[in-house]
Amino acid sequence: MKFTLNGNGVEYTGALNARLLDVLRDEYRLTGVKCACKEGECGACSVIMDGRLINSCMVAMGRAAGSDIVTIEGYSKTDRFAVLDNAYASVSAVQCGYCIPGMILASECILAKNPHPTEDEIREGISGNLCRCTGYNAIVHAIQIASKEGSGLW
Amino acid sequence: MLKVRKYLISVDRFCLYMNRFGMGYYMEKICDSVIKLDHLPKTSGSAVYVADFPTEGMLFGKLLHSKKPHARIIDVKIPPLPDGYLIVDKNDVPGVNRVHIVEDDTPVFAEETVEYIGDPILMAVGPDEKEVLRIINAIDVVYEDLPAIISLRDADTVFFNYEINKGDIEKAFAEADKVFEEQFETGLQEHCYLETQGVIAEAHDGRMTVHGSMQCPYYINRAVAKVLGCGPSDVQIIQDETGGAFGGKEDYPSIVACQAAVAARKAGKPVRLIFDRREDMEFTSKRHPSLCTYRAAVKDGRITAMDIDVIYDAGAYTTLTPVVLQRGIICADGVYSIANLHVRGRAVKTNTVPNGAFRGFGGPQTFFAIEMMMDHIANNLGEDSLEFKEKHLAQQGDATSTSGEYHFPVPIPAMIEEVDNACGFRRKRAEYAKPQTGRYRRGIGMSLFFHGAGFTGSGERDFIKAVAKLHKRSDGIVEILAASTDMGQGLKTTLTKIVANELRLPLDRVVFDNADTDRMPDSGPTVASRSVMIVGELLRRAAASLREQWKDGEDLTITENYRSPDYIIPFDIATFRGDAYPTYSWAVNAIEVEVDTLTGLTSILGSYGSFDVGTPIDINIITGQMEGGVLQGIGYASMEQIAADAKGRIRNNNFSDYIIPTAMDAPNIKTMIHVEKYPDGPYGAKGAGELPIVGIPASYTEAMEMALGTRINHIPFTAEDTMKALQEVTAK
Repeated sequence: MKFTLNGNGVEYTGALNARLLDVLRDEYRLTGVKCACKEGECGACSVIMDGRLINSCMVAMGRAAGSDIVTIEGYSKTDRFAVLDNAYASVSAVQCGYCIPGMILASECILAKNPHPTEDEIREGISGNLCRCTGYNAIVHAIQIASKEGSGLW
Repeated sequence: MLKVRKYLISVDRFCLYMNRFGMGYYMEKICDSVIKLDHLPKTSGSAVYVADFPTEGMLFGKLLHSKKPHARIIDVKIPPLPDGYLIVDKNDVPGVNRVHIVEDDTPVFAEETVEYIGDPILMAVGPDEKEVLRIINAIDVVYEDLPAIISLRDADTVFFNYEINKGDIEKAFAEADKVFEEQFETGLQEHCYLETQGVIAEAHDGRMTVHGSMQCPYYINRAVAKVLGCGPSDVQIIQDETGGAFGGKEDYPSIVACQAAVAARKAGKPVRLIFDRREDMEFTSKRHPSLCTYRAAVKDGRITAMDIDVIYDAGAYTTLTPVVLQRGIICADGVYSIANLHVRGRAVKTNTVPNGAFRGFGGPQTFFAIEMMMDHIANNLGEDSLEFKEKHLAQQGDATSTSGEYHFPVPIPAMIEEVDNACGFRRKRAEYAKPQTGRYRRGIGMSLFFHGAGFTGSGERDFIKAVAKLHKRSDGIVEILAASTDMGQGLKTTLTKIVANELRLPLDRVVFDNADTDRMPDSGPTVASRSVMIVGELLRRAAASLREQWKDGEDLTITENYRSPDYIIPFDIATFRGDAYPTYSWAVNAIEVEVDTLTGLTSILGSYGSFDVGTPIDINIITGQMEGGVLQGIGYASMEQIAADAKGRIRNNNFSDYIIPTAMDAPNIKTMIHVEKYPDGPYGAKGAGELPIVGIPASYTEAMEMALGTRINHIPFTAEDTMKALQEVTAK
């Protein structure tokens, strides 16, 4: 079975009922994909699959065939990441960091859909990603800053 | 970098009050935010948490937890094990089968009995995780049921019993015009740190190394040494990147570290023990449930005495309960000056998960009770709740509950004005007090609270005795040597800023690695909102000495030891008299709600808080701590409810059923920083991390009382409670 992982074509020969999350972490050593609940509730294992934010713990490998998957490791090499990273840094939106790779990818999906989202749209866009540290204000603020600073990128 | 600077002070997210000098919005240089030193590894996904280490050559451990709340173990039937798999239990413990916490009653692995659902009986260990899980599921434990006590109301074993006495309550009650009595209850709260508990243990060269997710490396060091029957110097503990803790990784990592170390010793290979979410939610420590009974004597419109009975549910073992209970009863009279006071505090045993440290550490329970008690007495007397509270406020020089002294100014009156200015509290309070008839009804409430900064009582002086060092290398790089941990609260950044500032060095010339007990001295546990205030000041003093002695090209180490401030009235734990804390962090918070009477759903229109943590060492970090703490408090007050069945089995052990706030549930939390400098903290800083959660529940429930026209005596006050209250109001 073949799919695209962070821009590279890969061939996967393991079990098709394995979880995408486990395969990304254990076989491809992409440990920026975090596991915090393994039942699709927390968003820590978010990756972008064919342009959509998904919980990788809820996807069987069989479904990944032919798809284009981006994890934080791939995304962190993009210009859009640099803008989001700066924005998160500027308001110290990162505390323990465990939700953050998923949160950054959720931010990307919000801005890809609408480069100038309202606060409500931002809150809805990250509502599948739990954060227990920040109270979300700083993260919402960071996405607003990225929206402004990254004008034209999205 | 330059691009970032212009956003560093974001005035719409917070504003700053320096009341002493009357200069609003002025900040010192140390307050300016920097890019957090752990920022990029965390955003790029390269930060290494314990689950991220490669597992080649490693064994996976899985615990078998008791399925009975209280039972004798008659037999444990273990199926034949494949090659390379083994079982680890109490018989494999080389030293003492007890986890050292405060008292040593928590077994590493169960002995004759199990005391709660979840009590660890044994561990299966082997190279394939799925096979280990299969073995665990195939083990048959034969139990003989013993009577189990699930509710604190039924408890008959008292673990701890403390008393505070001040003045003459009998006389005051005898002379009272009116006496009020009420009960208040609070529930369990689960930490829900996003990274579950986890450690990896490895025996090597006659020593043991354990690394993982933790707050207190030296607690683990001493616990593991006792269990292995070796000296502390034979045990090395290293903190990995830690994905949140909130107190939940104060004592529990000692338990899993002991279990993993025993397994690694037996197996002769590294053993990885990482909890899954359900295991973590069901079997690890939580906030103590409480039942508080308050009696208040009122004469001439003023409270003259309070007689308070506090009961905390410890769960099955004592763990950190004595210290949690101490803080709880010390906070029982809140921010008020009550001349005649009696507080009795008991922690009782139930056959449920042992409860432990959680942000606020016993304070949120009694602060909920005292704030609601004050509110209810005011309502009964026909007085405005806030005015009634203001009349009883403690002031600088007043005696504390333990007959110590508030040595420094109490800035609550100014902070009330700041919150009132931010949200129109008094105006809205008057407006919403009028009869409301529409579908949507509003309320607003305000709570006043403190957090005693640092360890309770004489802990810092007598038990912790913190040591911190600075090592200047010959290349001019200065290393911070302190076993204090960053679990997301920003300590890596704040302590580095303090040292760099004192040395007039750029931040990148100071390094601060994750704690390692082989290299760092015991700077005390990372708890009690003590690290910036206590360890930060030790490091600031060390840096000041280093600057004086600095010689280019030379290697130099400076050591600083904790010194108790000279104004402290020594605390005596036997009589509960003296200064329980050297100073206090203060807060005022208002919450405004709107209840939909058709659906029973509540939306929080705003949360407005003023917080005094002394000088904020990095304004963004402090604002983030306040916002995060406020939201945890809102969750605690309104939606986080542990549902256990009659046997004490927690049924909602997952994020689907135990609900914590999402970004859509969170209001836009407004945070104001009020600065009352503390002379013994670095640049005036005092305790910060725990403060925001302490009084949030009462501001929420006061607002809900107003919107619903009812009286609230328990938290969480959920949507179901709202529905019930609406039906009762309609029935009337």
